[in-house]
Amino acid sequence: MTRRLKRELIRLCIAAILFVAAFFLPLTGVWRLLGFLPAYFTAGYDVWWKAIRNILHGQVFDESFLMVVASGGAFLLGDGPEAAAVMLFYQLGEFFQRYAVGRSRRSIAALMEIRPDTANLETENGIETVDPSEVPVGSVIVIRSGDRVPLDGVVLSGHSDLDTSALTGESVPRPVQEDDEIISGCINGGGLLRVRVTRPFAESTVSRLLEMVEQASEKKARTEQFITRFARVYTPCVVGAAVLLALIPSLLVGNTTQWIHRALTFLVISCPCALVISVPLGFFGGIGGASKQGILIKGGNYIEALSRADTVVFDKTGTLTEGIFAVAAVHGTDDLLALAASAESGSTHPISRSLLAACPDPVKPDEVEEMAGRGVRAVIGGRVIYAGNETLMREIGVESRPCHRTGTIVHLAEDGRYLGHIVISDSVKPDAENAIAALKALGIRKTVMLTGDRDAVGKEVAGKLGIDEVYTELLPADKVNRVEQLLGQKPKGASLLFVGDGINDAPVLARADVGIAMGGMGSDAAIEAADVTLMNDRPSSVATAVRLARRTMRIVKQNIWFSLIAKAAVLLLGAFGIASMWAAVFADVGVAVIAICNSMRALSFFGTHL
Amino acid sequence: MVKVFKLEELDCANCARKMEDAIKKIPGVEDAQVQFLTQKLTLTAPEEQFPALLKQVDRACRKIEPDCRVLYK
Repeated sequence: MTRRLKRELIRLCIAAILFVAAFFLPLTGVWRLLGFLPAYFTAGYDVWWKAIRNILHGQVFDESFLMVVASGGAFLLGDGPEAAAVMLFYQLGEFFQRYAVGRSRRSIAALMEIRPDTANLETENGIETVDPSEVPVGSVIVIRSGDRVPLDGVVLSGHSDLDTSALTGESVPRPVQEDDEIISGCINGGGLLRVRVTRPFAESTVSRLLEMVEQASEKKARTEQFITRFARVYTPCVVGAAVLLALIPSLLVGNTTQWIHRALTFLVISCPCALVISVPLGFFGGIGGASKQGILIKGGNYIEALSRADTVVFDKTGTLTEGIFAVAAVHGTDDLLALAASAESGSTHPISRSLLAACPDPVKPDEVEEMAGRGVRAVIGGRVIYAGNETLMREIGVESRPCHRTGTIVHLAEDGRYLGHIVISDSVKPDAENAIAALKALGIRKTVMLTGDRDAVGKEVAGKLGIDEVYTELLPADKVNRVEQLLGQKPKGASLLFVGDGINDAPVLARADVGIAMGGMGSDAAIEAADVTLMNDRPSSVATAVRLARRTMRIVKQNIWFSLIAKAAVLLLGAFGIASMWAAVFADVGVAVIAICNSMRALSFFGTHL
Repeated sequence: MVKVFKLEELDCANCARKMEDAIKKIPGVEDAQVQFLTQKLTLTAPEEQFPALLKQVDRACRKIEPDCRVLYK
């Protein structure tokens, strides 16, 4: 609690004591009325002060002014206790409102506390602790165990495990060693690292992320825009209604005092505060809660669109699959993989690299002959081995056996004898299947996969994952056309999400209602182009994002309806003299406090990774 | 050109909304966003007009919330 809030609380306590005192003092008539004045002014002198200043500025529909009219009017009508109590409770409500907003602001800010304060710079005079923004690109920093990585860079020496959870929501630490890139915002969980800085602080991952989340609240959802428009007309309407309520019935049936009294009740609820505050707070909370899961949402409008997801379109490579070739199957003799790896050991082709990854220490071949576009002929330990595609096998007169698996197939032969083959393919991400199942469970109507890959490969992946529609052998431009076609097929008001890896699918990301990119660790292009970035690269986060968006929308809608109904009810009951000014104070500030507390639930989303 | 300012003592959400409306009406201002939650003002205007505009922005804010101050970062 800030000092200012504390002072206010003390003042309100004194006002409450004065109020109780006035209540029990044996005064009558005008004296009793005046007895409540100390309590009234202790609680509300600042409201009066603000009202006077605002009137001088020409602000008529100001809430302080309306509050002064309402409570002052009650005094003039001879209702001292009510006037003082209304002012007291109004101020108490405002106090709680301020307190709750301050709390929410801080808990959202706490989420963002990934900004590093210092960097340990290596200089000629040893290690100096400096501000990260002062570290030039190319210099060397030292990151100790438990420190937050202050700047993006490349590891020069040392190895460690990085805790990336603040950025990705991922709890499994990421191992790093020499030559690995590391990004700011992670925590060094292991040994000492020496890092060469590759980007200035302002452009580092952590600065960019924070900037993005802060700017997210500027992109307003339609619901929020509606509330803003509503707020603009609400106060004048309620004040107008109050004037009419004071005038018309008194002229028709008389009893002016009673009608004025009821009209004053209207003025107390003339501020649309609960709505104006809780709706953006709900969205802000949703965005904050998502960032805790490694899901960066760039605006409230995307929360709205995510919540109405109907079609989810995935890119294949790098999104549903790892985007890295790996040995998927070995069909043949036991030494097949070792032979293939050593035959291909001199090449840097992705296929060769994946063979070497599966068999890291191959025998060095005595002799290698590259056969362009077909494969290699290698002499390994005196054996003549041919490794390559079907064409190569035909050329050397060996009949190759076809494989039922899809992917790139490397056949091996020795002395005109077929040895077997190795299947190399891009492996599907471990949670891809669950990701699709989870989306189905959420009621997503259609899942689609687009790929530039061969038909057989695309169909196999889609079939395995349970994707509804698959379009293969697409050029980048075809992907845009397909997405446009799918946009035309979805029901009105629903939205289409496109999930890509952010590499060369920027046009599609932009075209979809919500473009979701696999953020990779620190891939700038993807973060920039997309509306939503998944920092942990997991397809299952799409379902998490949709669930979170729906929950946020539910909370926002609850707040809107709750506030509107409470206000409407009190207005109606107030017009008939059933609801008193006390009820009106509750409908004003009480509802706001409840709505703020409800909004904060949006922040605490603990969706599980599937 | 876009600049971000901090708003101090911005106490009420409805006032933030009113300020936004008022600032948008100042001639020369291309866009304005007042964020109650982050207590920030994002102002878009031609660069050469900024110094003059800021005085008007300050006045507009005080008119709505007398204690509110625009801090130039």
